[in-house]
Amino acid sequence: MAYQAAFLALADPTRRLVFEQLRHGPKPVGIIAAQLPVSRPAVSQHLGVLKKAGLVADRAEGTRRVYYIDPQGLASIRIWLDQFWDDALRAFKAELEKEGSDQ
Amino acid sequence: MITIAPVRKYVTVGASQQRAFTLFTNEMSRWWPATHSILKSPLKQYVVEPRVGGRWYAIGEDGATGQTGYVIEWQPPQRLVLAWQLSGDWQFDPELVTEVEVRFIAESANSTRVELEHRNLQRMGEKAAQIRGMVDSPGGWTAILESFKNCAALTNGG
Repeated sequence: MAYQAAFLALADPTRRLVFEQLRHGPKPVGIIAAQLPVSRPAVSQHLGVLKKAGLVADRAEGTRRVYYIDPQGLASIRIWLDQFWDDALRAFKAELEKEGSDQ
Repeated sequence: MITIAPVRKYVTVGASQQRAFTLFTNEMSRWWPATHSILKSPLKQYVVEPRVGGRWYAIGEDGATGQTGYVIEWQPPQRLVLAWQLSGDWQFDPELVTEVEVRFIAESANSTRVELEHRNLQRMGEKAAQIRGMVDSPGGWTAILESFKNCAALTNGG
């Protein structure tokens, strides 16, 4: 399933950083690498994994290739919802337990 | 037809079934991750109108409201189905209906298992195919992930 590949792809913290670099819009590899303590070939490799996982897409822009978060990626939607509900239920439980300890 | 597996979560809470249901529905703003709102101003209240067809909406501190969805099924204190009508860019879309089913299972007088299922997620994908560039918006999921980290840290710290 696509989302499982996406989870696996983002399990790597460096790859996650590469992915987060794209949140404000499309970027070429060189710009991403300049923002991170990671070599350009390593960034390319991470982008390749992210692309395969359906999290990013790329297109040619003049002579260079830019990467962007794939808005059609069902994987990214599922990942954020999964994380969101984890967080929400954790907070829900914490709130109930706070009540319990207040009594 | 692309399908996408539902998000399924469960948590066991130290409260009665009734209390868990009430906190979840009537006092949602007490636990809903405050950093994650469809509103521009901080969340003041999150309302689930307690009936089938009731609206599910947020009220900001500036008085603005933003709808998340509506109540599909209302069976207090056992079960609740909410329509989640936010698209991938966190915008309300009346044509989009994904379902959040929450079951409250009493394990004892003071222990309740809460099971949550968010399904029909592929409908967001179908919408997403029509809405380009959505993940770049400030409400995109990277921002949400950041708020998760903050919330989790607060929860752990508290």
